[in-house]
Amino acid sequence: MEKKQKTYIEDIDRGIYDIKNEVRYSYKAEKGLTPEIIKEMSKEKNEPQWMTEFRLHSLEVYHSLDLPPWGPDISEVDMENIITYIRPDTNLNTSWKDVPEDIKETFDRLGIPKAEREALAGVGAQYDSEVVYHSIKQELVDQGVIYTDMETAIHEYEAIVKEYFMKAVPPKDHKFAALHGAVWSGGSFVYVPQGIRVEIPLQSYFRLNAPGAGQFEHTLIVVEKGASLHFIEGCSAPMHSVINLHAGCVELFVKEDATLRYSTIENWSRNMYNLNTKRAIVDKNATIEWVSGSFGSKVSMLYPMSILKGEGARAEFTGITFAAQGQTLDTGTKVIHAAPYTSSNINSKSISKGGGVAVYRGVVKIAENAHHSKSTVTCESLMLDNASKSDTIPVIDIRNDEVDLGHEAKIGRISEEAIFYLMSRGISEEEAKAMIVRGFVEPITKELPLEYAVELNNLINLELEGTIG
Amino acid sequence: MSKKLLEIQNLKSSIEHTEILKGINLSINQGEIHVIMGPNGAGKSTLANVLMSHPKHEITEGNILFEGESINGFSADEKAKIGVFLSFQYPEEVAGITVENFLRAAKSAVTGEPVKFLPFKKALREQMKLLKIDETYGSRYLNVGFSGGEKKKNEILQMAVLEPKLAVLDETDSGLDVDAIKVVAEGVNTLANENNAILIITHHKKLLDYIKPNYVHVLLDGKIVKTSDGSLADEIESKGYEWLSNQGGV
Repeated sequence: MEKKQKTYIEDIDRGIYDIKNEVRYSYKAEKGLTPEIIKEMSKEKNEPQWMTEFRLHSLEVYHSLDLPPWGPDISEVDMENIITYIRPDTNLNTSWKDVPEDIKETFDRLGIPKAEREALAGVGAQYDSEVVYHSIKQELVDQGVIYTDMETAIHEYEAIVKEYFMKAVPPKDHKFAALHGAVWSGGSFVYVPQGIRVEIPLQSYFRLNAPGAGQFEHTLIVVEKGASLHFIEGCSAPMHSVINLHAGCVELFVKEDATLRYSTIENWSRNMYNLNTKRAIVDKNATIEWVSGSFGSKVSMLYPMSILKGEGARAEFTGITFAAQGQTLDTGTKVIHAAPYTSSNINSKSISKGGGVAVYRGVVKIAENAHHSKSTVTCESLMLDNASKSDTIPVIDIRNDEVDLGHEAKIGRISEEAIFYLMSRGISEEEAKAMIVRGFVEPITKELPLEYAVELNNLINLELEGTIG
Repeated sequence: MSKKLLEIQNLKSSIEHTEILKGINLSINQGEIHVIMGPNGAGKSTLANVLMSHPKHEITEGNILFEGESINGFSADEKAKIGVFLSFQYPEEVAGITVENFLRAAKSAVTGEPVKFLPFKKALREQMKLLKIDETYGSRYLNVGFSGGEKKKNEILQMAVLEPKLAVLDETDSGLDVDAIKVVAEGVNTLANENNAILIITHHKKLLDYIKPNYVHVLLDGKIVKTSDGSLADEIESKGYEWLSNQGGV
């Protein structure tokens, strides 16, 4: 039989995601981490005294903590060589016309202004360390909804920021949370008042353009009693030869009877260490829904956590991870059931190919008092070749007897028989694989807003292109 | 005389260095229905898989000619495009893709032309009606959660949609109850015409109560040992395969 040609490619052409702009800035911090750099940055940002002190305290915590003893190797991250703060040469704009042309073009290519016109109630666009564009529909403003960048929020809504800032994720939580506390900049602030249901999603997009830089945006969302919100977060960066670091922090406060859906597609370049911390505090009968897509980065450690604090609180987690050559994506979710009648439903899927490593790492903890709680965990992994790796590390810690728990984990390689079956109907090998992968992630795609579902499918096609064999 | 569609010449194949097909010769013309019978392990499904270029099977000798040209080196999708179809003994379940979307993609791949959504939907519904398949199956994931019978009917549905020149049915009747066999047989009879040909692989005679083949071949240990008309099936039904194994050839 004819020998089949196999083609291997080093890295995919990530198209629009890889277009780099010239680096221009109005302020750039020195590389590295010292109290002087932190003070200088806080001063440059004109922050209140308490924030400067918070940063300096976080820096001390950072130096006192070790790297986590578990998980992927991140020893390559050298903070002495990361630029922690780089302010683009533009202020916050409320019209795309005022955004510098190359930055605007970048967001155009990513489809942000178009999505804003068609499907969103508000948009924030961050470029390197600061938000360069923000908008919100007037009707939401009239209802008291606040959606702005964190830098504005700390001045205009100082009391709310001070009440919640790094209360869900304290700096001592882990080394990169402390780092975040010290050098954070940019990010979005959302406040939805009691009873207001925001029907159309808000979206923030984070783009890191500069090489050797870190992005440390802080997203703080408070959804008051009986209110609801869908927030979408997108992230990307072009490929550079030096390491970039993303250590953002997301803090979500979902009050009684409120609902928050937090959707993310992270498509970082393959030189990125993505060490992001996300956490939701969920009150009585409230719901947090995470939809999380992790694609790019060299290493990701991402485990959004839900703390079900009030009776009847619910958490849903739907995650998809795609690890290709040279990538280690260590992702999952944590749920702490800290009250009775709480429930969680975790559905995670991962794909690895070309020697990529995809690990599901998760924790479900049901506390002594959380009787009549329910949790279902389903993890599925698909490996597209023999070089790729996949693992599931689910930790389940139950401290009382009256719980209902289901757990299912499946790890498998892409079925040769299924590929043959589809090929026997005229479908090419490449398309057959893409079909199987798209089908595998379909339960996730349908949870995503349409344009992100399309993006996810494009990413899958991009990842699979030219990889016969 | 009708045109020769498939000619298999001294075909030998192996899987993981074990020889399974040991020199098959078979010739099929347009408009004909052939049946291959044989006990378990004779190589029936292997023949079907080799004809469709299953990647684990290797042709070690011989030739497969389709419309006069060798298709030994063709991949499965290339074979589908020239009009070869295999109804699988165990159709794969593929989650996340609906029967309708899959069939539209397949039709488009086989014909090389885009397939319009609405006319296709309408045509598909009619085919489903013929095969007594509930319309809702169109929006279900490909074979996922289908019963054995539903999977087999779905294979025939695919054959109806793709309109191959040569359809190989690998044990399509196995595991089906009498009603399902009737439906499958009706489907096959409706689809059979003077321009195509059907090769039915089975080890039951039941399907042949409803489909009248032109030829019945007996496959034993990787070779066709006897070829005759439909009456051979009756003989096998009453006598088994033992008596044929001593004949050593046609």
